[in-house]
Amino acid sequence: MAAFDFYPDYEVVRNLDRCIVCRVCERQCANGVHSCLEEKNVMLADDSQCVDCQRCVLLCPTRALKIVKSDNTYKQNDNWGKKAINELIIQASTGSVLLSSMGNPETYPIYFDKLVINASQVTNPSIDPLREPMETRVYLGAKPAAVERDDRGRIKNNLPPQLKLSMPMMFSAMSYGSISYNAHESLARAAAELGIYYNTGEGGLHEDFYRYGANTIVQVASGRFGVHKDYLNAGSAIEIKMGQGAKPGIGGHLPGRKIVADVSRTRMTPEGADAISPAPHHDIYSIEDLSQLVYSLKEATEYKKPVIVKIAAVHNVAAIASGIARSGADIISIDGFRGGTGAAPTRIRDNVGIPIELALASVDSRLRNEGIRDRVSVVVSGGIRSSADVVKAIALGADCVYLGTAALLALGCHLCRACQAGKCNWGIATQELELVKRLNPDIGYKRLINLMRAWKHEIEEMMGGMGINSIESLKGNRLMLRGVGLNEKELEVLGVKHAGQ
Amino acid sequence: MKRVYVNEKWCLGCHLCEYYCAFTQTDKTDMAYALRGRKIFPMISVEDSGAVHFAVNCRHCAEPLCVKGCITGALSIQDGVVRLDQERCIGCFTCILSCPYGAISPAEDGHAVQKCELCLSTNEGVPQCVKNCPNAAIVFEDRG
Repeated sequence: MAAFDFYPDYEVVRNLDRCIVCRVCERQCANGVHSCLEEKNVMLADDSQCVDCQRCVLLCPTRALKIVKSDNTYKQNDNWGKKAINELIIQASTGSVLLSSMGNPETYPIYFDKLVINASQVTNPSIDPLREPMETRVYLGAKPAAVERDDRGRIKNNLPPQLKLSMPMMFSAMSYGSISYNAHESLARAAAELGIYYNTGEGGLHEDFYRYGANTIVQVASGRFGVHKDYLNAGSAIEIKMGQGAKPGIGGHLPGRKIVADVSRTRMTPEGADAISPAPHHDIYSIEDLSQLVYSLKEATEYKKPVIVKIAAVHNVAAIASGIARSGADIISIDGFRGGTGAAPTRIRDNVGIPIELALASVDSRLRNEGIRDRVSVVVSGGIRSSADVVKAIALGADCVYLGTAALLALGCHLCRACQAGKCNWGIATQELELVKRLNPDIGYKRLINLMRAWKHEIEEMMGGMGINSIESLKGNRLMLRGVGLNEKELEVLGVKHAGQ
Repeated sequence: MKRVYVNEKWCLGCHLCEYYCAFTQTDKTDMAYALRGRKIFPMISVEDSGAVHFAVNCRHCAEPLCVKGCITGALSIQDGVVRLDQERCIGCFTCILSCPYGAISPAEDGHAVQKCELCLSTNEGVPQCVKNCPNAAIVFEDRG
């Protein structure tokens, strides 16, 4: 066989006129790409180790570095592309299942980009959010179907527990273990300051973060890692994770090297041993079983906290959501196939599940048609990239969105999609102390707050343009959307008209 | 008085502070042009030992041994900052020997010493090591 499997996909380009051999690139690369040939005072690079995380590029003080996509090419073939060939070569060499991270990067249609938002002209006034009140507050939870009165005619408080958010956005579930302590601290502090929520993911809650409980959603997943009575009561809501958009139908696998002392204590699993979340919950084989877990968790928390059920967006998502709404859950969370992950089999990530836009529209329609939309709030995730996506999701029927990838980008992630290696140069998806310290939460939480405030302003601007002054009036208001370049069936599923209609 | 402090917990050992310090001492506007092919003589230096890193520069002590030991009066305290008049320094290096932090070093020409003066000669208002630290490990604070 050949000396190398294939030529590296990315090349490190160093401008020798600008390189001052400060060796910052060498010190900052956990993959060992850069090295210094001291006798010649010149820097070298091993392209084959580069994951294109951009750490060296952005820390180089003289901007002497860039990473470019290699122009080395196989003979042109529109069927066997470079990616397909290289992945096959890796498998022929290793015999392994391919692993990937973050969301599905393939060229499926992005429906958010084919939906456009309405604005007021002449016949109805737009609103200037800088001068007039604009309500972005959202309450998540089951809403009572009717006003109830006691025998003296006084209104009875029959409102089930709610989550109160200052804006329709939350940080999605990312476990301590898959991301670092400092990443979790940044998310927790930002959520507390913004008046929103972050989600522990399935790895339990580090004892240091119990004080952010009022802004925490605690997750219960198939591995039940870190779940105990205090944990359930520490957060403001409990999320049962049935599935994840990046890997519907399969469980999780946190490698032993990421289970360091603190992670092991938090997860209640042995240090250094792989933590495996089974594909199904072994006690849930039906909606009735799910209902039992929902009510067990409600019992454990004295019916004071809403219960969320999170599922991946799959083919019959509407029917599943209908079942969940009837199971006693207060909130349904749906994760689309663009959703991120710390590690998933590549074939699953890139081929299983459906787009969140279609899943959301069909779930909202189904719940409305069945007259049970008020019984649950709907939170969507998996592909929200901007405030415009948030507005479109809400107009399609969501109550709120979860942001995972967007939040990590604010913390420094550059989507190199190598989380599974555990050597994140930005200090996010790693447990190596040398790397974890690269994310200073004092900086991280402020960047998250900046991002959320910026998006909130933009949401208000778009709502104002539509002449809408409250998120509640935008919710499920699909007349505010039009499709561009979509076929009849797509428009039918999305429940929107084509632009010009 | 505001001084430069290093939060060891967040220091990555990237050594960028050293290069920005050396760049500030030049009259060039481009770091590559200023420092390429040159050995640098920064007034801040990063100590590395395994996973531990921290940057060290002048502490601007209330009772500085360097000023006490200076035989020519080149070192003095002005508004709490230990300043150096390189014209008066004869390069006896008594200050280098007496500084318990190792924060004074020989200047590039070897005839005088050099030390951190908190970038007072620049108009930035904040020392360059602080401004350019990628992880906010180096801070400019009044801690009393």
